[in-house]
Amino acid sequence: MIDIKHLSKSFGDHMVLNDISEHIYPGEKAVILGPSGSGKSTFLRTLNLMEYPTSGSIVFDGRDITDPGADIDSIRRQMGMVFQHFNLFPNMTIRKNITLAPVRTKLMSKEAADDLASQLLQRVGLSDKADAYPNQLSGGQKQRIAIVRALAMNPKVMLFDEPTSALDPEMVGEVLSVMKELADTGMTMVVVTHEMAFAREVGSRILFMDEGQIKEQGTPDQIFNHPQNPRLQDFLSKVL
Amino acid sequence: MASGKDLAFWQEFFVKFYQAFIENSRWLQYLQGVATTLWVTVIALGIGIVLGILLAVIRTSHDQQRPGHRNLLLGFLNGISKVYITVIRGTPMMVQLLIMSLVIFKSSRNYTMVGALTLGLNSGAYVAEIIRGGLMSLDPGQMEAGRSLGLGYIDTMRFIVIPQAFKTVLPALGNEFIMLLKDTSLITIIGGKELVDAAQGIYNRTYEQMFPLMGVALIYLVLVMFLTWLLGILERRLHQGDRH
Repeated sequence: MIDIKHLSKSFGDHMVLNDISEHIYPGEKAVILGPSGSGKSTFLRTLNLMEYPTSGSIVFDGRDITDPGADIDSIRRQMGMVFQHFNLFPNMTIRKNITLAPVRTKLMSKEAADDLASQLLQRVGLSDKADAYPNQLSGGQKQRIAIVRALAMNPKVMLFDEPTSALDPEMVGEVLSVMKELADTGMTMVVVTHEMAFAREVGSRILFMDEGQIKEQGTPDQIFNHPQNPRLQDFLSKVL
Repeated sequence: MASGKDLAFWQEFFVKFYQAFIENSRWLQYLQGVATTLWVTVIALGIGIVLGILLAVIRTSHDQQRPGHRNLLLGFLNGISKVYITVIRGTPMMVQLLIMSLVIFKSSRNYTMVGALTLGLNSGAYVAEIIRGGLMSLDPGQMEAGRSLGLGYIDTMRFIVIPQAFKTVLPALGNEFIMLLKDTSLITIIGGKELVDAAQGIYNRTYEQMFPLMGVALIYLVLVMFLTWLLGILERRLHQGDRH
């Protein structure tokens, strides 16, 4: 589904991603782990071109998104993204947050988008917040809305950039359970996270990144119970 | 009982007041002056806002391009914008007014409109920098969120970035609008027929300056207070979403 070839990214002299080749398969839940500064967020953000790679190519559904002539907006419509800091639009109601993009991009009519928003809000248990503004919500609620907003575009893949890192501990659970439900629907997901329990339970494949490279990957059982790479062993000994 | 000296003082006071505002229906001239002042302000404000937003968006979108993928047309427009802002902010308004009326629009007799146009072009440069500051201060995550949903740069700017930036810069913009309202008085020097010009016309006839000038000052004060009140209402409305 996403084919990444020889991907490198530098900020000035600092090499953040170092020649990564990888493939994201339809329906899989790829969880990316790694110490901070390992390049995992940057890697995720290059997948929908939030960051432009210095070299290499990314092919999504047969389209090379790194091609200068690629219609990046139409590609991004099929890749939902959830940010660490939610990034809801504070100047609009929750309903408008959700329906703005589907309506503006002519994906659906305003009525259809409103219906979809109501449905999705019900699914995450926030039906009563449709007319509220983002600043009236808790962090956990904001992040659930952010997930709904991305889902309203009916994307083929969802990218999560540390979705629970900015949350108070008691709100992490509600966001993770929405993500678990989403995983159960068969959505393709790429998740950067520090939630080891989530990675173990939901991840179908774990990628361990360090120094801008994927140092080891495998099933949750392989990664958590039989780590090979010394960096991974060291990392797990600190976080588990 | 008032003494004879007091009586003379009040008599003179009323005569001067009468001459300045009532005789020959002179209050009508002030009223016409106020109307022109407001009209000039509205035109200049309109030009200033449109030009300001345009310049600010050009400057910001140019600066937000990714390195190595510079758009030539945008680079050119950015260059023009920078020169324009530098020249306008670097020269006195008075000189700009004189150049516009005596050099560029030499043959025009519509001094008031030339004045309004100049004020608008001047204000645009300041508004541009105010709005640019607002656009730059907004969390880049807002732009990223809009783009990640597949909205284009212009749509993201229009629905997400600009409305929020506008809210942050409203106090500074309000300040600029107040300055603009008062600066309309400068167009008298090129023959614009506004409020100060009305006062000048009257004291040139009565040889009494205090009452017309005090009257004019009071009128400006009331206008500015009214504008401040309007801006306060707008600010409260824009902060609707901020209730916690």
